[in-house]
Amino acid sequence: MAEYNLPDSVRYSREDEWTRVEGDHVVIGITDYAQQQLGDIVFVELPEPGTQVAAGDPFGVIESVKTVSDLFAPITGEIVTINTDLAETPEAVNDDCYGDGWMLTIQPASSDELQGLLSAQDYAQHIKDREE
Amino acid sequence: MRYIPHTEEDVRHMLGVIGASDIDALLAAVPKKLRLGRPLDLPEATSEQTLSRELHAMAERNANPATHDWFLGAGTYAHFTPSAVDALASRAEFYTAYTPYQPEISQGTLQVVFEWQSMVSELVGLPVANASMYDGASATAEAALMAMRVTRRDRIVLADGLHPHYRDVLATYVGGLGAEVVTGERAADGRAAPLGSLVDDRTACVILQQPGFLGSVQDVRAIAEEAHAHGALLIVTTTEALSLALLEAPGKMGTDIVCGEAQSFGVPMSFGGPHLGFLATAQKFLRQLPGRLVGETVDTEGRRGYVLTLSTREQHIRRERATSNICTNQGLCLLLATIYLSLHGKVGLRKLAEANLAKAEYAKARVRATPGLSLPFPAATFNEFVVGLSEPADLVLARAAEAKLIAGLDLAPYASDLGPALLVCTTELASREAIDRLVGLLAGEAS
Amino acid sequence: MSAERPGPAPENAVRGLAYEEPLSIERSRPGRIGWSLPELDVPAVDPADVWPEGSVRSEPAELPELSEVEVVRHFTRLSTWNAAVDLGLYPLGSCTMKYNPKINERAARLDGFAGCHPMQPPSEAQGFLQLCWELEQMLAEISGMDRVTLQPAAGAQGELAGVMMIRAYHEHRGEKRHKILIPESAHGTNPASAALNGYDVVPVPGGSDGVLHPEAVDALMDETVAGLMLTNPNTLGLFEEHIVAIAEIVHSRGGLIYGDGANLNALLGIARPGDLGIDVMHFNLHKTFSTPHGGGGPGSGPVGVKNILATYLPTPVIQKVEGEEGDCFTLDHEFPHSIGRLHGNLGNLGMAVRAWTYIRSLGREGLRRCSDMAVLNANYLLARLRESYHVPFDRAVMHEVVFSDRNLAETGVTTLDVAKRLIDHGYHPPTIYFPLIVHGALMIEPTESESMEGLDRFVESLEAIAREAKEDPETVKTAPHHTRHTRLDETRAARKPVLRW
Repeated sequence: MAEYNLPDSVRYSREDEWTRVEGDHVVIGITDYAQQQLGDIVFVELPEPGTQVAAGDPFGVIESVKTVSDLFAPITGEIVTINTDLAETPEAVNDDCYGDGWMLTIQPASSDELQGLLSAQDYAQHIKDREE
Repeated sequence: MRYIPHTEEDVRHMLGVIGASDIDALLAAVPKKLRLGRPLDLPEATSEQTLSRELHAMAERNANPATHDWFLGAGTYAHFTPSAVDALASRAEFYTAYTPYQPEISQGTLQVVFEWQSMVSELVGLPVANASMYDGASATAEAALMAMRVTRRDRIVLADGLHPHYRDVLATYVGGLGAEVVTGERAADGRAAPLGSLVDDRTACVILQQPGFLGSVQDVRAIAEEAHAHGALLIVTTTEALSLALLEAPGKMGTDIVCGEAQSFGVPMSFGGPHLGFLATAQKFLRQLPGRLVGETVDTEGRRGYVLTLSTREQHIRRERATSNICTNQGLCLLLATIYLSLHGKVGLRKLAEANLAKAEYAKARVRATPGLSLPFPAATFNEFVVGLSEPADLVLARAAEAKLIAGLDLAPYASDLGPALLVCTTELASREAIDRLVGLLAGEAS
Repeated sequence: MSAERPGPAPENAVRGLAYEEPLSIERSRPGRIGWSLPELDVPAVDPADVWPEGSVRSEPAELPELSEVEVVRHFTRLSTWNAAVDLGLYPLGSCTMKYNPKINERAARLDGFAGCHPMQPPSEAQGFLQLCWELEQMLAEISGMDRVTLQPAAGAQGELAGVMMIRAYHEHRGEKRHKILIPESAHGTNPASAALNGYDVVPVPGGSDGVLHPEAVDALMDETVAGLMLTNPNTLGLFEEHIVAIAEIVHSRGGLIYGDGANLNALLGIARPGDLGIDVMHFNLHKTFSTPHGGGGPGSGPVGVKNILATYLPTPVIQKVEGEEGDCFTLDHEFPHSIGRLHGNLGNLGMAVRAWTYIRSLGREGLRRCSDMAVLNANYLLARLRESYHVPFDRAVMHEVVFSDRNLAETGVTTLDVAKRLIDHGYHPPTIYFPLIVHGALMIEPTESESMEGLDRFVESLEAIAREAKEDPETVKTAPHHTRHTRLDETRAARKPVLRW
């Protein structure tokens, strides 16, 4: 199995997003595993701030040169901000997926769903299971 | 079998390598009961010499601008094509290649497409053009689908003057998606009337043909204002791309998508196809554009080169969520057009368009001065206009055909309110003498 | 032949006069022109005098200004940068890159065909209409369908037309069906065409032997399903041997079967889709019937239907009227249940001239020979390359064969690298990474045009690359080495699109 950077400071969804609580909001991006699988990211399509999303809904699209993949909301809530820099520099998702490559923030509808997300260790196991 | 190199000895040897007794054994996967079990009921093979004679005989039964004086346009135009166009497009390196999936060995095709995209962009005044669509009609339908995606609305308003075939194709394309299509009226001067309450907050787009099907130069700015007032996109389509050389670029008048038919640029009429649809738009709608795109990049040594790009929009990757189901483009036709435009250039294309306009103005003046003929519409025109007749158009057309002249399109099925009328087109091919002959025939003179 | 004579140079060594050539606009010089307009024989008109204010173009389109010789050199040089069927084997799977006969091109350029206008009176186009009608009849006989329309501009538009007719059939019967079944191995155009009809796409998994099994269809087929889209032979080159049982299941539950004719080159004179339970199908004239691929198109995608769907055909329909003074051909617009019009005119009929010429050149025996030799060539490649490349479904194939890069996994060399290295050997690569169900697919369709020696050389190149992948993987991974351009940066092109000069 290849090496993936899976920090303990965030929690993970089964659809390969990470979440980090910052104040009232939750920051969301895609994992190092996801960006490696996709290859060179060329475009990220994100929803308008103010959009309501439910956990599991597709809320955006991420494109590499040869593939395209949906982004699924890890939790229910309202989109607060999106990372507008990605329009100009989608490569940030490849270069720094937990930092400059963040995608959006959500005001969660409740804090319960966050509990259901995976730890780094569980997510690593999830990837391993899928690869086998 | 001149196209198949295998000798019987080759076949035996190959079967031996495979380990099959005969060809029949190779086809074992096709159950015996599913096989045809008889020869196809088709003619025997024909020699090239015999077939050539047969083809010539068939071709000779079709009127064309080499046998007749030609005044029929209506979406397909008889223009002169310089010899270099077909000579270059007949290079097999172009026409026996396919889609440039492997850019290292397809730079010829790729650079031609990039040049084509650039020329379209220049002509229409919008920054992004694709690598072509099937024809003007499907390009217009795809533009409407694109507007529906962009606006997430499902009402399409057609300003008067859209080619009836384009209207039909559009209806066929959007029929499965539950869109509503409504049509505006014709003003007395021949142009599209203001749309008024037809455009509403559910309207995805307004489609305006320039010049209109009956030849009128439309007021693009006024229609654009009406569309934009309700958040709808304006699509301008044209069946006569040469008009772009002389008319203001639609992209400079608030048009969001410009599309149409570029057959006029050196593509043979060929009984209706293959022709050359084009589609261009603003940068902000790039991701919703259907069809192939070629982009500039560099190779690992830093040399400039071209590749197919942004293909995640397309069916081979996005499948049922693609921007269109289109797979091919009109590569060979855009090659003809790119060569044609390169030969004419910035100055030549405009001169050619001016010649078309001059021929039409001369013909209109002759019609105006001829008793029994009329020009029902006062609106300005480019190279095509309506002539009112004093006897049924089909009689006039038949009389003209007898005299080796194709006089135009009988408008009875398309605009019956006009009474007997013809849509007449004068390109640079129409000599003054031929125009004089046309006017005489229309007025009832024997040739 | 004298024993002292040196043998011919290896054909695979590709060299040539290699010219650089900028964009045409970069060669442009004000004042040059490549064309001459005859002197105007009517009074000149200033558009500003006859057009409303603001209508006249304010700035000219910046097109290049070049002499004829510059234009000729420009495009001639560009042409030399392309691979092409007329230069060598072009084994793109599913694309049927067969030889495009020269008589076809000559025929399509005759004034009476190339100069024929789609709206001239049918009485003035009887030769062209007869040719179209005859081509429809010949395609119907080849496919076992009852009626054919030439209108669709390409295979994908044929699919769109075919699925529209399926939809019209159900709607006409008052049935609401909203799903279409499509095998996972299908071309992307199938689901895209279904979606344009408002259908939900339901993927059907194939069996472990590479073909579709009745049980898989049985499990998904119900009264909400309008039909099944099927490619036969499928994109693995395998004949769908259970097609009759599958068709029975679909038909018994009220559905119809669409046949994707992309791979018809395997079946000419051997089996007919119409006899296998297919209700509607398209033909790719640019694949099976030798019309040129043109650097990406135009295609031409006639559609054949069984009688139950004939009433829904796109209009106008070409009809033959038998008369005492001979046959006459007309355009029939009176089809009240028609799906309508798909093409601005009657179809890409310049391609119909070529396809008619091709079928008549070969005749019934020749067409059968095409498929026999196409199948022989594909199986020959399978037999000779089985040791060098992984074969995911190792059984007799029809006209194409799919390998994968699995045997090269430990070298780090992928299908893409093999494809790029083939270029150095003078070949256009096969279709790669399709069908999607095979990881690292290399899909090879040699067609009947290629001779045994030609295939032998191709095999030797592929074997050499497989060896090289183990001995010197870096050379393969950085290929091609002998082309004008090395690998191009597709990421850069997509991140910062530059789409015009």
